[in-house]
Amino acid sequence: MHLHSEELVRDISAKAQAFRIQVLKMVYNVQSGHIGGAFSAAEIVASLYFHHLRVDPGNPAWPDRDRLLFSKGHACAMLYTALAYRGFFPVEELMTFRQLDSRLQGHPDRLKTPGVEISAGPLGHGIAVGVGMALALKMRGTKPSSSSAPSARASPARVYVVLGDGEINAGVIWEGALVASKYRLGNLAAILDYNGIQQTGATADVLPTEPIADKWQSFGWHVQEVHGHNVAEILNALDRADEVHARPSLIIARTTKGKGVSFMEYDHRWHGMPPNKEQYERALVELQEGLPAWEN
Amino acid sequence: MGELGSMRKAYGEALVKVGHLYPDVVALSADVSNSDFSFMFQEAFPDRFFNVGIAEQCLVDVAVGLAYSGKIPFANTFAFLFATRALEMVRTHLCYGEANVKLMAAYAGLSDSFDGPTHHSITDIAIMRSLPNMTVVVPGDPLAVDKLLPQVAEWAGPVYFRLNRNEVPCLFDEAYAPQIGKAVKLREGGDVTLIACGLMVSRSLEAADLLRGEGLAAGVLEVHTIKPLDTQSILLAARETGALVTAEEHSIIGGLGGAVAETVAEEYPVPVVRVGLPDTFAETGPYADILNRYGMSVQHIVDAAKRAVSLKYK
Repeated sequence: MHLHSEELVRDISAKAQAFRIQVLKMVYNVQSGHIGGAFSAAEIVASLYFHHLRVDPGNPAWPDRDRLLFSKGHACAMLYTALAYRGFFPVEELMTFRQLDSRLQGHPDRLKTPGVEISAGPLGHGIAVGVGMALALKMRGTKPSSSSAPSARASPARVYVVLGDGEINAGVIWEGALVASKYRLGNLAAILDYNGIQQTGATADVLPTEPIADKWQSFGWHVQEVHGHNVAEILNALDRADEVHARPSLIIARTTKGKGVSFMEYDHRWHGMPPNKEQYERALVELQEGLPAWEN
Repeated sequence: MGELGSMRKAYGEALVKVGHLYPDVVALSADVSNSDFSFMFQEAFPDRFFNVGIAEQCLVDVAVGLAYSGKIPFANTFAFLFATRALEMVRTHLCYGEANVKLMAAYAGLSDSFDGPTHHSITDIAIMRSLPNMTVVVPGDPLAVDKLLPQVAEWAGPVYFRLNRNEVPCLFDEAYAPQIGKAVKLREGGDVTLIACGLMVSRSLEAADLLRGEGLAAGVLEVHTIKPLDTQSILLAARETGALVTAEEHSIIGGLGGAVAETVAEEYPVPVVRVGLPDTFAETGPYADILNRYGMSVQHIVDAAKRAVSLKYK
């Protein structure tokens, strides 16, 4: 585990909050998009792109890059914002979100947007697709003969999957979790944005998944729990996940849906609703008030 | 007509060959490798074979991840499972995301006859060909599998490769040189053209023999690639013979018959009579009996040809 400087933590925290403001503007501008689950994932996404991931915005197809699979694709306004500020495409392009001719489709399109690893939107794909990538990275450089040793020249790259907690209702998540365990994929980690709310209500009401840590542990995964808006905790957990040997790793990030805007927090109606002018202005003020705490 | 040959065995052997030719080829299974014969690849390349268990959605998604990382995955399970259970994965990642995954659709059509309608795959061609970016190939005999599979590996993009479970007549000799996307003229005949794929190619050839005895010259066109469709060859047949019959081991809705009818309706309208499974589920039983009972006998093709010819003079 590395010790992360206060400066780094402060910087990533400020970015996460600034990204919320950007997302709010994008969704307000087009009057369409998913705010709640984008806000809950802000610190997770910012921590990954602005410290943990080894990626090269100038070479998005770098074979040894770390992969981030944004499986909860509907919340992609946050993904796009992080990618733009990380340098994958111009920040100005963010305001074309969900418009005709934009590279920023309503849900992520891997062929249109630099840095997007998988097309997503239909939920549940991230783990199993991540398993395939993790297998391929372990095999890389193997010879065609049957006697080749798959691990001999494995890529150092790692695969990270950002999951929603509603998303894990899907059966294929658990199929993928079993396969990851079978193949001892230590190069695969998932971060569960556990905001407790899905489209029509609380996850605990819609489809109870607790005890969630026990479930993943019993599927053979290494499991950690963190405060999902605490950047220091997220960074430490990501480091720890990388050190887990021969087992996939899950970080349960306890988050708040709609985090940062009082009237959006914990309210499932803000899953996919755009704000009106008055709501937009109030939200903007609240988010901007949240900024200075980090910016000094 | 030659002797019978096993499509499954031909597939297993061809897959091993492809494995030797292309180091990036990997194979995946949903725990039916001894049914679809992908076990032969597993024996040859144990490190390049992944059994994900009885989890077909996961099968496709894992293949997608491998494809996005430069591998050429051949995913193996039963045709109906790709076309129905795992369809969203196929649509989202193979077709929309252009994942270079090859779907090896075993036990297609009615060929898993005794397991009955749960395991028959009668709508897969219609489903797969309606998806943008998908390629759909239906080999006609064991040699065709051997000749087409390396092309599948080289083809840029997803392919749905439809395989028969059973022993089928060996139609072709080494001179047969199929190319994905190009129809093969197997027999000339000026009165009507029988357009067929898969097992129904052999039955169409038999039907052409019977028709000749009744004074009708029937051409036979093998359309092993349903998508991209060789519209040029189909339109040429329409112009030359003025009447078409389609024959496929599939519902008459939306498959080869649908594709041919769409093509001629817009470009050169001639009668098209479709031979296939009427809009119904079949039942359990011996393979040949089911085909004959449910609209796919040689006699059905003969009758369809006569009907198509009579329609062109109306």
